[in-house]
Amino acid sequence: MTDKKNNDPFWWTLFGAGGTISAFFIPIHVILLGIAIPLGWAAAPDYEALIELVRHPLARIYLFALISLSLFHWAHRFRFTLYDGLQLKHLEQYIVVLCYGSAIVGSVIAAYLAFSI
Amino acid sequence: MAEMHQKASGTKTETNPRYERYRPKRHDPGMSIFWWIRKWPYVRFISRELTSILVAVYAILLIVQLSALSRGEQAWQALLDWFATPYSIGLHVVILLCVLFHSITWFNLAPTAMVVKIGKKRIPGTAIVAMNYLMWIFLSGAVAWIVLSV
Repeated sequence: MTDKKNNDPFWWTLFGAGGTISAFFIPIHVILLGIAIPLGWAAAPDYEALIELVRHPLARIYLFALISLSLFHWAHRFRFTLYDGLQLKHLEQYIVVLCYGSAIVGSVIAAYLAFSI
Repeated sequence: MAEMHQKASGTKTETNPRYERYRPKRHDPGMSIFWWIRKWPYVRFISRELTSILVAVYAILLIVQLSALSRGEQAWQALLDWFATPYSIGLHVVILLCVLFHSITWFNLAPTAMVVKIGKKRIPGTAIVAMNYLMWIFLSGAVAWIVLSV
């Protein structure tokens, strides 16, 4: 046994939650706002109505969770892809800071936007 | 081979000066960063891991959407105009394909990560996968209905 504290279960939980929420919800967002509405298959929602929708407490929580957990999902998976795929185990500290650090910064921005809008 | 063996030979032992411990010093070139490219299951594995990049890209695009919404109607309209360009539609098609790959591989692996029991009976993996797909359809429908009916 080593004394080194292992944070992996914590990051893994965020990874798992992010993988699930992104798997369920990102495809429909991409289809609606990225493809169907721009191509005119569906009418764009009215700005005022949309902002009212986003201001609903559940919508704020939903958007924050979707963005933040998706970022942590990426951070964890990308970290290990860099290790295994690119054989960069020796750069572990930098990769950890880069991956989880970006996810934390993104989450703070998402929290600010989602709760101040 | 003989030459390599000579170079590789290590220290002499004390009890028998003629005996040399065999300590090969092989050159270890390490693994190529493209180790995964020769076998289809490895390519699928790496592709699946790389879908996470597109998940992150879309998380950033969601931040962009929130930011545009918060800056007012003009900023939102400008974003919608950009979304209507072929570049954006192409990007979203790529994101969609990768995210669908992510969703499908994620749901198919769900029974491996999650053991659900009723009483003492374990629910079969196919049932868990089927429930995930039904949930996916239901939740996608709900989001589409909410966004398009406002």
